[in-house]
Amino acid sequence: MGMGKYVYMDQAATTKISERALGAMMPCFTEAFGNPSSLHEAGRDAEAVVEQARARIAACFHAEPSEIYFTSGGSEADNWAIRQGAALGAKKGKKHLISSAFEHHAVLHTLEALKKEGFEVTLLPVHENGLVRPEELKAAIREDTALVTVMYVNNEVGTIQPVEELGRICRESGVLFHTDAVQAAGHLLIDVKEQNIDMLSISAHKFHGPKGVGALYVRKGVALGNLIFGGGQERGKRAGTENVPAIAGMATALEESLENREEKNARTRAMQRKLLEAVRKIPCTRLNGDEERRVAGNLNFCFEGIEGESLLLYLDLDGICASSGSACTSGSLEPSHVLLALGLPAEIAHGSLRLSFDETNSEADADLVLEKLPEVVARLRSMSPVWKEKEDREEREREKPF
Amino acid sequence: MAMTYSEKVRDHFANPRNVGTLEDADGVGEVGNAVCGDIMKMYLKIDDGIITDAKFNTFGCGAAIATSSMATEMIKGKPIEEAEQLTNQAVVEALDGLPPVKIHCSVLAEEAIKAALDDYRSRKRDEIVHD
Ligand SMILES: Cc1ncc(COP(=O)(O)O)c(C=O)c1O
Ligand SMILES: [Zn+2]
Repeated sequence: MGMGKYVYMDQAATTKISERALGAMMPCFTEAFGNPSSLHEAGRDAEAVVEQARARIAACFHAEPSEIYFTSGGSEADNWAIRQGAALGAKKGKKHLISSAFEHHAVLHTLEALKKEGFEVTLLPVHENGLVRPEELKAAIREDTALVTVMYVNNEVGTIQPVEELGRICRESGVLFHTDAVQAAGHLLIDVKEQNIDMLSISAHKFHGPKGVGALYVRKGVALGNLIFGGGQERGKRAGTENVPAIAGMATALEESLENREEKNARTRAMQRKLLEAVRKIPCTRLNGDEERRVAGNLNFCFEGIEGESLLLYLDLDGICASSGSACTSGSLEPSHVLLALGLPAEIAHGSLRLSFDETNSEADADLVLEKLPEVVARLRSMSPVWKEKEDREEREREKPF
Repeated sequence: MAMTYSEKVRDHFANPRNVGTLEDADGVGEVGNAVCGDIMKMYLKIDDGIITDAKFNTFGCGAAIATSSMATEMIKGKPIEEAEQLTNQAVVEALDGLPPVKIHCSVLAEEAIKAALDDYRSRKRDEIVHD
């Protein structure tokens, strides 16, 4: 393995754990190794770590510690919120759910499962710019709407949804509002109270914490049922001995990512602008998703005449790790559902490139991308029948007599 | 779930053989469609029933490019009857295998060769009719 000998531009897939987060985890393996449920001192030490982490994470979102539940990651938090949010509605005869067309599969597949159990699902359009329109949510809410779930930041195109407004509409209509904030937490300032959020999912490995741990915020007063049954952990709501080291690592990583946030964000924005300006110069290239309302660390492009996987493989040969759509779907042959939701034709959606970066990326990283990407695009186009056909067509057009 | 390609696939992908077009091709075949991802266009030069040159243009994944490259290598210098027998399994074997989800991409190479040979034959027929 050529460990570390590459430029990593796939921070939205996962991040490297920060040294501080790793440092917070280590003593939980060796000293505070007890079971937080045990009565003895070893158990109390571990419990103290977990409860401190809960309070620190709650503070980052302006929530109460008792509103934070630890999970195995973003997918579990999404599954839990949506399944049990739907169940709460069903108790009152409400069996309609609203979401958006470009959610993560953790949300979309949970909704699919609920459909089979008799729920009706409305997926709001996200339009060409990758944004949900609040007035369209308002129009979609019905008497029998149990839950609205709309992601905070899209993982492929990085667009930031108008969460506060969506939350207000839900609050006014008395509908439960969940947001998958996996790509937002640690990057944007989130205030669950001001933004009218009832439930919110996060995942530590997206902000330089460990993998396999996340959290669900559930507003006090929402009587969410269990997803996992067993022991009495998480106040009886989520069974299983706590992953103490990971929980400690998540709390530290989240705090760290929010320290000097503005400064780090400004650096990342500058890198985004530099990359965008240069990549745009490649002919027949389009930026996917709104140019303004997107997180600083995301760029998503389509290059006409090029297929995404070969683009990634060639970049990989040049020592650049990037992604085409979501890492979770790279095993599938379908073009990205996110880009299709943005209205892109399938043949163009096949050629997408996601660059995701943050303050841990250097100028040299961006420079290497800008050196290699145009070469790779040109090389793939030179062997593409789609590109050749387009060129031949344009040639004929030019030669046409007026 | 990361997909791993064999060394051979990686080699044929990184340094594809016979990329390009043949302006004076005797047979040209295009298969696939952009909706499923891959498109392959095959150009053949045929002399006395022997494939003397083969070139390809491919829009597609790593497996599609590698199989195009390998397939053109396998039919160059062969009589058309032999080239016609080339199966996608043979191409996959020559590449030391492909991940299961990528097998369908190798079918394209076999189909592209068949389409190019069909084109060659129909041109031949036209020649005879016009003579
Ligand atoms: C928007 C979004 N939601 C959910 C998830 C799933 O998170 P996890 O990998 O922690 O289960 C991801 C990560 O890929 C994501 O980007
Ligand atoms: Zn393919």
